[in-house]
Amino acid sequence: MSGLSVKHLLGIKYLTKEDIELIFQTADNFKQVINRPIKKVPSLRDITIANLFFENSTRTKLSFELAEKRLSADVINFSASGSSVKKGETLLDTVNNILAMKVDMVVMRHPLPGAGQFLSKNIDAVIVNAGDGTHEHPTQGLLDCYSIREKYGELAGKKVVIVGDILHSRVALSNIFALQKLGAEVKVCGPATLIPKHVESLGVKYEPNLIKALEWCDVANMLRIQMERQDVQYFPSLREYTMQYGLNKKILDGLDKQITVMHPGPINRGVEITSDVADSNQAIILDQVENGVAIRMAVLYLLAGKIE
Amino acid sequence: MSLESRIILDHQQLNLSIERICYQLIENHNDFSETVLVGLQPRGVFVAKRIHERLEKLTGKNILVGSLDITFNRDDHRRRDIPLIPSVTEMDFLVEGKKVIMIDDVLFTGRTIRAGMDAMMAFGRPSEIELVVLIDRRFSRQLPIEPNYVGVRIDTIVSERVEVALAEGGGNDSVKLYSPETE
Repeated sequence: MSGLSVKHLLGIKYLTKEDIELIFQTADNFKQVINRPIKKVPSLRDITIANLFFENSTRTKLSFELAEKRLSADVINFSASGSSVKKGETLLDTVNNILAMKVDMVVMRHPLPGAGQFLSKNIDAVIVNAGDGTHEHPTQGLLDCYSIREKYGELAGKKVVIVGDILHSRVALSNIFALQKLGAEVKVCGPATLIPKHVESLGVKYEPNLIKALEWCDVANMLRIQMERQDVQYFPSLREYTMQYGLNKKILDGLDKQITVMHPGPINRGVEITSDVADSNQAIILDQVENGVAIRMAVLYLLAGKIE
Repeated sequence: MSLESRIILDHQQLNLSIERICYQLIENHNDFSETVLVGLQPRGVFVAKRIHERLEKLTGKNILVGSLDITFNRDDHRRRDIPLIPSVTEMDFLVEGKKVIMIDDVLFTGRTIRAGMDAMMAFGRPSEIELVVLIDRRFSRQLPIEPNYVGVRIDTIVSERVEVALAEGGGNDSVKLYSPETE
């Protein structure tokens, strides 16, 4: 088998099915590594990675940093608050300055869609997109699919519904691409105002009714309402949203089958999902977090192999 | 470049080599209560399984055996055109304080063995490590590593290739040496 078909991980859109399968296969091995007494391998000991976070993050940042350290890479961290970005430095200048310190890979989160593509065209380092605005969050898409694969053995033929704020969600887009490439069927569900206008052009069906969507699916991926990205009011109130699109134990138990509940975090308990659902044994939310480290190790390992 | 091949060990000779190695191991390890076998992925594992099976028969004891993948500990990651695809590590025990018998098919540059010792450290600090190889390609070492037990020693040049095929991996038991054809 050959390596990845891409030099950077900018989005799932640019990956082939074979790429995704190679990442999963490699992640299987890393998952084994991170469950050992000594959770570290020396593969990337000659690589330096810069984590550039121009937007807040806990899980993704920690997960990437842990993955890098488990691979023995040298890591430098940067977050936009308290940096020269505030003094008016451009993205390109910031990154070029960091690269002048001999960095091989850049993991970047940025509020603007396409920031990763822009960098990959202008600088000479491997770019890993850790979320660019409302565009893509490829490692999240990969780890969500990996978690479903772990639960069901394969993705082909599985029915997945993504519920919530699809319009502002990079997780939704990356999930849709990844799920479809692996042969799963995808529906989206949520208030019509939070569904992108042309979502059906992606081959995704829209189901406005939560109960119907849940009855159809094997897996429900519950997204958070991204208040910080909403410039106008998309629905009357959070309470009303919860009444129509919140998942609670009563709804879950009322279904005639056991579905799997996922959530990319951070959870707003009591809004899109109640505590008893989030903590139930049908939820695989913490498995997703564990798999995130293995997936990110696999991505970094495979991309590092492309560095000259 | 076409290669011509020569058989170094056939099925019977291979079995004899393994048999001899087993008796040598028994001499040094008594009842194997403090000893574990570790095969290196991919082909060392088949050799390890053979030795394990034979040793259990000869001693009547249960002996621990594991397989270790060394892909992530190799020193040539990023120096290859094609990335290395890892195999599975199956170590259901810790090697802390144990005598480890590391098993591989061919010893060539010694780099795999170095990576193997490195990978082993994730499972504890063994009291000692011994090395078993089916084929020792002499005079080609890049690191100061020597085996304790050897099936057969052969003299080769770098452009030659040794291929160990075992029935477990499909096909018949044989060890072949491929040399570049001389015109």
